[in-house]
Amino acid sequence: MFGRLTIEALPLYSAIAAGGAAVTVGGALLVAIVITWLGAWRYLWTDWLTSVDHKRIGVMYIVLALIMLLRGFVDAIMMRAQQAMALNSGGYLPPEHFDQIFSSHGTIMIFFMAMPFMTGLINIIVPLQIGTRDVAFPFLNSLSLWLTASGAGLVMLSLVIGKFSTAGWTGYPPYSGVEANPGVGVDYWIWAILISGVGSTLSGINFIVTILKRRAPGMTLMRMTPFVWTALCASVLMAFAFPALTVACGLLALDRTFGMHFFTNAHGGNMMNYPNLFWIWGHPEVYILILPAFGIFSEVVSTFSRKRLFGYESLVYATAAIAILSFTVWLHHFFTMGSSANVNAFFGITTMIIAVPTGVKVFNWLLTMYRGRIDFHPSMMWTIGFMVTFVIGGMTGVLLAIPSADFLMHNTTFLVAHFHNMIIPGVLFGYLAGYMYWFPKAFGFALDRKWGLASFWCWMIGFYLAFMPLYLLGFKGMPRRMEQYNDPSWQPYLMVAASGAFVVLLGIAAMVMQLYVSVRDRKKTADVTGDPFDGRTLEWATSSPPPAYNFAVLPEVRDREAFLDMKERGVERQRPAAYEDIHMPRNSMVGVAMGAFAFAFGFAMIWHIWWLAAACGLAMWVAMIARSSDDDAEFRISAAEVKQIEDARFRALGSQAGRRA
Amino acid sequence: MEHPNSEHGLRSYLIGFVLAVVLTAIPFYVVITHALPPGRTLLVIGIAAVLQILVHLRFFLHLNFTSTPKENLLAIVFTAVLIFIMVGGSFWIMFDLHQRMAI
Repeated sequence: MFGRLTIEALPLYSAIAAGGAAVTVGGALLVAIVITWLGAWRYLWTDWLTSVDHKRIGVMYIVLALIMLLRGFVDAIMMRAQQAMALNSGGYLPPEHFDQIFSSHGTIMIFFMAMPFMTGLINIIVPLQIGTRDVAFPFLNSLSLWLTASGAGLVMLSLVIGKFSTAGWTGYPPYSGVEANPGVGVDYWIWAILISGVGSTLSGINFIVTILKRRAPGMTLMRMTPFVWTALCASVLMAFAFPALTVACGLLALDRTFGMHFFTNAHGGNMMNYPNLFWIWGHPEVYILILPAFGIFSEVVSTFSRKRLFGYESLVYATAAIAILSFTVWLHHFFTMGSSANVNAFFGITTMIIAVPTGVKVFNWLLTMYRGRIDFHPSMMWTIGFMVTFVIGGMTGVLLAIPSADFLMHNTTFLVAHFHNMIIPGVLFGYLAGYMYWFPKAFGFALDRKWGLASFWCWMIGFYLAFMPLYLLGFKGMPRRMEQYNDPSWQPYLMVAASGAFVVLLGIAAMVMQLYVSVRDRKKTADVTGDPFDGRTLEWATSSPPPAYNFAVLPEVRDREAFLDMKERGVERQRPAAYEDIHMPRNSMVGVAMGAFAFAFGFAMIWHIWWLAAACGLAMWVAMIARSSDDDAEFRISAAEVKQIEDARFRALGSQAGRRA
Repeated sequence: MEHPNSEHGLRSYLIGFVLAVVLTAIPFYVVITHALPPGRTLLVIGIAAVLQILVHLRFFLHLNFTSTPKENLLAIVFTAVLIFIMVGGSFWIMFDLHQRMAI
């Protein structure tokens, strides 16, 4: 009846694991109680959870990402604390638990922090920047969100029921195979990734179609903003790379659950084909995450330097070149597999080549800043911090691209330091810059600058403290993922690294404080104009937050910096003679329902509860057919209602102008 | 909602569906019955897979080789390049490894 699910699945094997479960359950209960106390369930359901509005979906993605950032960071600080104290002793975490923590840290940070953060920012901003009213497939967007949330839910659930994977975030067989790892941990990992991976593939397709087909009149490809360009390239990578991950994890699931032999040594399987398939997705994934961040840096640099982006064309071509090249380097993740010298040399050279277009971009940003009137807004500080730090990471990457050097550094903390040096400044700083830059657009009030800067400096200093020692430890030969060690010369470095993690903790506390202070003072910092930073691109042309339909009249684009051009021509506040009816997609609960079925389906597959898996699979299929046959998926906002909303906006603008004068 | 015009009608979808099922059944049949030696089995699976792709393109995505708009052609060429890199690269890597491990 319940497969292999028994009462033993509760995490009572260690006090820390039980504590983690208690925090998870307690946190969920607390949120539920607060919502009930506020009487906000109905509002939450009708206005948010079932919404197909790209802005709300984007906000929900980012809320998910920030929650998972906290969870992933707790994992990180637990690991740093363990390694700081585990000289010749077991520290405070048993090996089985430590292995779960590094596996869930990587899985969460990539799949459930970075991916939703990126998808959320693209969701909120891209339709506004291309001047359209919604994405091409609004329902699909909602479905993607809820599939991603289901995957995140499964990872969180593994804290409470059963255990998470101990096989690292990459899950290489044979260790992740059923013979070495018969428990449910790897299955939790597989199903979380399979379900959210489908969501990411759908998002990618959705954004490609949106950007190619829904641009405002006059917006040619070479008039798209850098963020839209990078979002387009990242979406193409998502649509093409994620199927490889789905196949790799799907085959591993078949091996584990149905006794097949794709990645075993017996019966003709080949375990090395797993890293091959995994990294065919994995390397493009790095660029899926980082390209949109490059786009954000480009927007931020241009806005806060008060200058047109330097070398727009070169940036676009560099982005496109990276998108193609990112598919040609994947073997550098497993140079030590035992390929012949020719194979390793080929992938080493392509890896060095891909650094070139990225270098081009650094010059784009530097020369945009050159002789600009720079406003050191927190977003700008994240950008400058990124440029300084990312270049160091790039250089260690080119070092690792040399196969013979990789044989020495492979699997050491040098590698750990390298990829954190790419992903924290490159990806996370970028998304945080975007979060602080576009927050007023999404909510109508700005984030506090002082706490934003405090957060930046803590993250920046904490990052250097945490990861520079790991480079040195890598040179000294310390392998990654060690639960304990017996070399006393390593400990001082690990203590510095742990102190860095605590400085980052202060940075996160500053972010929470920033949010609190900004919400408290929201009346003072309200953004009535919709254009708080003297912006250059179309998202600033509408109100903050934008109305459901974004633009009452679709804007006419004449220049790459469309809104700046409108301001220069003095037409940015021009009102049409008459408004027209606007058709918008209707909210739908099918997305939430399919996400819930997917969650239950994953749970059933993990615990071998076959009847539940079959029932949920059937339910998903029925929901999909029902939704596809629904011909009444839109509603009409009448011209009168549009006029009413726009009148209110222009009255507010008028009073604002009066006060300024 | 837009209705599919006559050339993309039910008939075309049904033909595509039947072909897709047949092309899926053949590999399962040869694997389960051991009707062919391993090398030939692989060949049959490979051919069935490529035909399956063509069936999907023709009957479900409605692409044909006579009147394809430019952006579709671009998408197909891009996909072909990526498949060449992924599949070709995997073959290169795995056969290289096989040779080094087996001899």
